[in-house]
Amino acid sequence: MPDLIAKPALGVAPVTHAGTTLAEIPLPQIIAIAPYPGQAAAVGAALGLAFPAPNTVSESGGARLVWAGRDMAFLIGAEASAATLPEGLAAMVSDQSDAWVMLTLVGPRAVDVLARLVPLDLRAAQRGQAFRSALGHMPLVLIAEGEGGFTLLTFRSMARTAWHEIEEAMAKVEARLALSA
Amino acid sequence: MRIDGKGRIDRTRPVTFRFDGRSYAGYRGDTLASALIANDVRVVGRSFKYHRPRGILTAGPEEPNALVEVVGPANQTPNTRATVQELFEGLVARSQNRWPSLGFDLLEVNDLAAPFLSAGFYYKTFMWPRRFWEGLYEPLIRRAAGLGRLSGKHDEGLYEKAWAHCDLLVIGAGPAGLMAALVAARAGADVILCDESAEPGGRLLADEGMIDGAPAAEWVARVLAELADLPNVRLMRRTTVTGVYDDSTFGALERVGLHRSPRPNLPRECFWRIVAKRSVLAAGALERGIAFQDNDRPGVMMASALATYLNRYGVVPGKRVALFANNDSVRATARSLMAAGVEVAAILDSRPDAPDEPGIVVHKGAVVQRARGRMGLREISFTKDGRAQRLEVECLGLSGGWNPSVHLTCHLNGRPRWSEDLAAFVPMEGAVPGMLVAGAAGGSFSTHGCLASGAEAARASLEALGRAAGAVELPRAEDAPYVIAPLWAVAGKGRAWLDFANDVTVKDVALAAQEGFRSVEHMKRYTTQGMAPDQGKSSNVAALAVLADATGRGIAETGTTTFRPPYTPVSIAAMGAGGRGAGFAPQRFLTSDQASRDRGAPMVEAGLWYRPSYFPKPGETTWREACDREVRMVRESVGVTDVSTLGKIDIQGPDAARFLDLVYTNTFSTLPVGKVRYGLMLREDGHVLDDGTCARLGDQHWLMTTTTAAAGLVMRHLDFVSQAFCAGWQVRFASVTEGWAQFAIAGPKARALVASALGHAPDLPFMGCAPVTVQGVAGRLFRISFSGEEGYELAVPTRYGEALFRDLTARAETMGGGLYGMEALNVLRIEKGFITHAEIHGRITAFDIGMEKMVSAKKDCIGKAAAARPGMTGPARAQLVGLKPLTDSVITAGAHLFAQGVDLVREQSAGYVTSVGYSPTLHSHLALAFLDNGRARHGETVRLVDRLRGVDVLCTVTDPVFHDPKGEKLRA
Amino acid sequence: MRLTCPLCGPRDRREFYYYGAADYLARPAEGAPPEAWDDYLHLRDNPAGVTQDLWYHEQGCCSWLKVTRNTVTHEILAVESVAGADAAEGRA
Repeated sequence: MPDLIAKPALGVAPVTHAGTTLAEIPLPQIIAIAPYPGQAAAVGAALGLAFPAPNTVSESGGARLVWAGRDMAFLIGAEASAATLPEGLAAMVSDQSDAWVMLTLVGPRAVDVLARLVPLDLRAAQRGQAFRSALGHMPLVLIAEGEGGFTLLTFRSMARTAWHEIEEAMAKVEARLALSA
Repeated sequence: MRIDGKGRIDRTRPVTFRFDGRSYAGYRGDTLASALIANDVRVVGRSFKYHRPRGILTAGPEEPNALVEVVGPANQTPNTRATVQELFEGLVARSQNRWPSLGFDLLEVNDLAAPFLSAGFYYKTFMWPRRFWEGLYEPLIRRAAGLGRLSGKHDEGLYEKAWAHCDLLVIGAGPAGLMAALVAARAGADVILCDESAEPGGRLLADEGMIDGAPAAEWVARVLAELADLPNVRLMRRTTVTGVYDDSTFGALERVGLHRSPRPNLPRECFWRIVAKRSVLAAGALERGIAFQDNDRPGVMMASALATYLNRYGVVPGKRVALFANNDSVRATARSLMAAGVEVAAILDSRPDAPDEPGIVVHKGAVVQRARGRMGLREISFTKDGRAQRLEVECLGLSGGWNPSVHLTCHLNGRPRWSEDLAAFVPMEGAVPGMLVAGAAGGSFSTHGCLASGAEAARASLEALGRAAGAVELPRAEDAPYVIAPLWAVAGKGRAWLDFANDVTVKDVALAAQEGFRSVEHMKRYTTQGMAPDQGKSSNVAALAVLADATGRGIAETGTTTFRPPYTPVSIAAMGAGGRGAGFAPQRFLTSDQASRDRGAPMVEAGLWYRPSYFPKPGETTWREACDREVRMVRESVGVTDVSTLGKIDIQGPDAARFLDLVYTNTFSTLPVGKVRYGLMLREDGHVLDDGTCARLGDQHWLMTTTTAAAGLVMRHLDFVSQAFCAGWQVRFASVTEGWAQFAIAGPKARALVASALGHAPDLPFMGCAPVTVQGVAGRLFRISFSGEEGYELAVPTRYGEALFRDLTARAETMGGGLYGMEALNVLRIEKGFITHAEIHGRITAFDIGMEKMVSAKKDCIGKAAAARPGMTGPARAQLVGLKPLTDSVITAGAHLFAQGVDLVREQSAGYVTSVGYSPTLHSHLALAFLDNGRARHGETVRLVDRLRGVDVLCTVTDPVFHDPKGEKLRA
Repeated sequence: MRLTCPLCGPRDRREFYYYGAADYLARPAEGAPPEAWDDYLHLRDNPAGVTQDLWYHEQGCCSWLKVTRNTVTHEILAVESVAGADAAEGRA
C-alpha cells in the first residue's frame, strides 16, 4: 500500500436536478492503446476485444475498449492496468488513469443538459457509442450508456469547471421544467 | 380602450404593471403595447433625432417607435419592443430618449431646428474647426445620441446557449408554417417549429379568417394539439430564428424568462444553434406604411396592427378610426372594427378603381395629405379629386402593401427579386441551400395560398429527406387575389416619414440622391435609413422606392441593401451565455492548488492554469521580499515548486526516435535509455516553436516535455508532422500532461531532500532519469534544472500529487528550505539565461538565441531548410543578451534599446527587453533582451528606454548567463 | 459551418482549428532549392472558387484534414484525412 493518499479529481457527492444525476467516478482506470499502422485488428485480438471503429465501444466482461480518437482507444474498467496487458502489443500503451476526470450523467434530462454544452445530437445515442467532442471549451470523451445515461471524460485539471458547467445546465433545465409544469 | 368579448387574453388573470412610474392594469396574454393601448396611453416614446412624440406603430417585432427600458431587479434592458414584451405581474417599463419626461422633452427643440438637421447634417456641420471635435462636438453628440440606457452595472440575469438538431426546421407558425410542420410531422420527420410569438398561429389569430368553415383559431388549436402529441415535433415558442449560417445551421433566440418575473435558475434568454437538414421559411410578411406629412403622429398605425390589437388582445387605440390603403387587405380589418363597435369614419383608398365596401364610406382615389395632433391624432386631411377634406379621427390605419419577410433568404448572400405584381421583393429560389419558402414570405398572401404552399414545401422537403408525404387534404380557406397599386409617398409639403426609428423622411432620401448618394447602400449610410434597432423592417422598401423615383430608375434596378444576421436584435448576454466571469474559459487547477492557497499564495493565471506567484511569510510586506527570499533559499538551501503545467507527451514505437529526430533540431536517436536531452523545435518557417527536454524511458519509449504555454501547440504540431509526413511510421503519442504531478526540487540540498523523500539517495547523473518508488507509489525522477542549481523533478500519478506536494513541502522546511513560486522561478531562470516564451515569441531563430549549433547538419528536421535562409542568421539580427543597469534602477520588459547618443526614434531602436527581474544573488536588476548583433557587443553600454513607464537607464550588455556560467552547480 | 470529419462524422466548425493552405502537405525534399521552399512556405493562390486547406479536428479525433471547398459558394466539396483513409482505419 502506498503511503501517499490518492485523491479523486473532485471528491464530491452526486447532485440531482430534474431527476437527472451527476456523479464522479473516483480514481478511474484508463489505459490508452494506440495500435501502430495496420495493427488495430491484431491488437484487438490480443486484448480479446475488437478494436473499436470510430464512435464505438467494444465490450467484454468488465472491460471496455472505447474509441478515443484517431488511432486510439481507451481500455476502461476496474481491471485495466498496464501491468496486466499482454506483452509485445503492437501499440502504444499509455496509462491515462490520472489524466481524466470521469463523470456520469444519468436520467431523463441528461440529453437536454448535454445539449447545453455538447454540439452533438445525442437523442438517439445508444450503448456502444462513444464520441470525441467538446464539453463547452473542454475536451470530451463521451460514452453513451443507453437509457439516458452518459459517461464523460474531460481533463482532470478542468474537473471543477466541468462539474460547475454541467450542474449549472442541470439547474437551468430543471427551472424550465418547473415553468411548463 | 378594451373591447368586451374580444381577444385571446386571459381575463381571469389581471396583471398590474408600471410604465413611467404609473401603475396600470392589463391581463395575462397582453403585450406591454396592447396593455398600454387598453389604458389609452398614446405616446410611448420619443423619436431618435427630433424627439417627436411617438405612439405604437405595429403589433410585432418590426416596431420602430415603442422601444422601452424594462427594469428588473438584476438588470435593465433598453430598446425592448413593447409589441414583443409580454405583460407579467410587476413588470416595470420606462420610456426612452426623453428628458425630463415623455410629455415634456427639452430636446424636442431639435424638431423646430429640423430644417437644419437634414440628412448629412452631422457630416457637414462638425467638420470644422477640427480641434472642436474631441472636446466639444463628440461629447455633445454622444450625450444626445442613443436610445435606451444600460444600467452601467453587471447584468446578473442568467442566459443560456444550447444546440438542437432536426430533419426539418420550420420558421414561423402561421398558416404556412403550421401546415408544413403538420405534413412533415405526420410523415415521421424530426421537426422543429419555431415561432417568435408566445402563441403560434400568426395572422390566423389576428384576422377573423375562417378555415373549413369555422374560425381559423379553432384550426390552429387542433393542429397544435396534434403536433403536441407527436414525439417527433418540438414546438419552440417565443423563439425567433435570427440568422442563417453555412451548411444549414441557424441561430435562434428564445425568450425563456422575459415574460415573467425572475425565478431562480431560469434563464432570461437562450441562444440556440439549430442544425437542420432542411428548412422551410414561413416567416410571413410585414405590412408597410405610406409616407405623408406628419404621418408619425401617435395614433397612426399599421392597419394589420389594428386588426391584431382588436382580435388578439381585445383593444383599440381609438373610438373613431379611418383607414388609408392602396390594396384590399384593410377591408377585413374595417369589418372587424365595425363589428366590435368602433366607428370607421372612412376607407381612403388611393386606387380610383377601388371596390366598394358595404356599410363603409370608401373614398376612391383619395390620399391622406397630413395628420394633426402632436400628442395624439385628432384629424387627418386628405385630397380626393383634387379637393381637400378633413376628417376627425383618433386613429388612422395604414396599409401600403406587404413585404414578404425575405431577410433570412439573404443571409448567405442571396438577393431578393422584385415582383411587379406584388410590388414587393420576394425571395430568390435556392438562395439558401436546403431552404424552401412558403406562405406570405414567398408572396402567397391568401390563407389558401399559405396552406397550400406550406404543404408543398413540406412535401418537397420530405422528398429530399427520403421520406414520402402522406396524402394531404388541404383545409378550405379564402383565396382572394392580392390587388395593389403601388403608393410609397404622397406628394406634398412638410416632412413625411419613412424610417420612424431613425427619423428619416422622404426629403432626406431625395436629398441624398441629389447630393450624389444614388446607390441604395450610400443612401442608407448617408441618411441612416434602416440603421436603427428595427433595421428598417417597415421602411426599407419604401425608402428605396423613393430613391428609385428620385434617381429615375426602377426599383428592381435600384436593388436592396444587404440583410445580415440577426433578423431581430440578439442580446450580447445571450450570445455570451456561459462566458461570464470565471466561466469565460476552463480553469485548470494543480494538485497543489489548495496547499498553495492555504499558505496565502496569490495565484496567477498561466494560460488556463492557476499557479502560485509567491509564498508570503509573516513580516513580508511586498512580493519582492518574498521573491528575493525564495530565490536565496533555492541558491542556498532547497526549494520545491509545482511544474506539472509543463506539457508532457508520451511517445512510443519503433520509429519514435526517428520521429523525434525529425521534429527536434538536434539528434535524439543517439540518446541512451535513462538519459534526458534538451531539445529545440522549429516551425517549418525556421523560427523557434518551442523548447524542452525529452527523456528516453525505454528503447522505444520517450517522454517529451514542452513549455506550459506551447503544450497544445506542440501536440497539434506533432499530430501534423506525424499524419502529413509520417503516416506509415510505427510511432504513436498521447498527452500525459494531466496524468502526472511533477515537482521541481532545486538547490544545494536538493539531493538530500530527494533522498529523504525516496528513502535512499538518488543515483542519477546530470540529465539522467529513472523510475522510482516514492513512498509506495511508482514515480519518475529526472535530474534536470531550470534554476541552475542541482535540480530534480519528481513525478507521481496525479492522484498522489497533493499528498506528495505536502510531503515535500514539510521535508524541505525541516531542512531550511521551502516552497517557491512563479516570481522566484522566473528570477532563477533569468539569472541562468534560460529562455521562455517571453524570448521565443515567434520571430526568433535558433541563431538569435545562440543555439544554431543545435541544428544538426547530419539530418533533416522541420524548419531546417528555412532556418538557413538568408536573413535568418548573421550580425544584422537581434541576438539574445543579458543587461545589467549601471545604477540600481528598475528596468522593464518591453523597453527598447538604443546606442548612446542617438535620437530616441523608432528607426534607431537596436533591440528590446523580453524579461526582467531583480537578482538577490547578484544584487542587481537583470534583463534578457534582443540586441542587434548583440553577441559581439558584450561590455558595451546601451540606453534602455521605456517611454510608457518613464524608464531611461544605461545598461551594460552581458552574456545572457549571469549566474554560474560554466554550469558547475548543475552538475555537482 | 459544418465539416464532415471522415472519422467522427458531421461536426460544427467550432470543433476544428483552421491552419492554412493544403500546400503545406507538399513538403520539399531535403536539399531542395530555396525557390522550392519559398514556394512551399510563402506563395499562395487566393482563388475565388475551389480551394484546399487544412483543418485540425482539435476538439474531436485530432485528425488533420484536407478540406476542398468553394470560397464563393461556401460549399464543402470534400473532407479527407491527410494521413490517407487507410492510415485512419489502421490498415496502412
